[in-house]
Amino acid sequence: MSESIHLVFNVDGNNFASAGTASEEVKSKLKMIGISSADIRRVAIAMYEGEINMVIHAGGGEAIVDIFLDRIEILLADHGKGIEDIEQAMQPGWSTAPDDIRALGFGAGMGLPNMKKYTDEFRIDSTVGVGTNVYMTIKFN
Amino acid sequence: MTVYDVIKALDAEEIYIADDGREITSGYAGDFLSHVMGRAPADCAWFTIMNNVNVCAVATLADIALIVLCEGVQPDDNLLAKVKIQGFNVISTKLDIYNAVVAFDRALR
Repeated sequence: MSESIHLVFNVDGNNFASAGTASEEVKSKLKMIGISSADIRRVAIAMYEGEINMVIHAGGGEAIVDIFLDRIEILLADHGKGIEDIEQAMQPGWSTAPDDIRALGFGAGMGLPNMKKYTDEFRIDSTVGVGTNVYMTIKFN
Repeated sequence: MTVYDVIKALDAEEIYIADDGREITSGYAGDFLSHVMGRAPADCAWFTIMNNVNVCAVATLADIALIVLCEGVQPDDNLLAKVKIQGFNVISTKLDIYNAVVAFDRALR
């Protein structure tokens, strides 16, 4: 494998049915290059939660993925309304998702905590009215 | 136990079966998708009444072995189409979640 694989995905903000497409493609790519199923699972869940967040809260965005021999780096970038209080948003159970989203099974306030749980490095940069960047790194065991 | 064993134990309807020999080592019950992703172990049977298309994405990404729709719930059209494309195991049982889990647990032991 060359030094890294660079992938860029557009996450459609209006389509719940297609949410997860980027995560599924990354999952197949990792499987193809022989990453362990436990590591793939961590990547897939963290990235899917991020995709869903972009659909629910930000009208979509971009997922930029770099796969190295020993790790994967994921940047989820959106131009949504931003997060006012990141510490509060990270609390399990805290959610601003509307009722129609909850009816689909989302909005339990576990998305960001799950992303942190399954990643080795996790950082959020957000500016209200400008957008949010979520940086995640998962090391391959 | 296998997907086939669960179908028998729950007297369940086969909605779509991609691999009835897939091993199942544990179970998880719940409808909030992020709880499922945070807590359901890989290779489990997932008991839920949620039937929209995101159920398949969650199950696939979390390496769940089998979706068990309880209370006679049927997949909506988008979910059915997606499980056929993804090649995922889905069954439906008339039992409610509690009784489905009890029957599953008996068979698992």
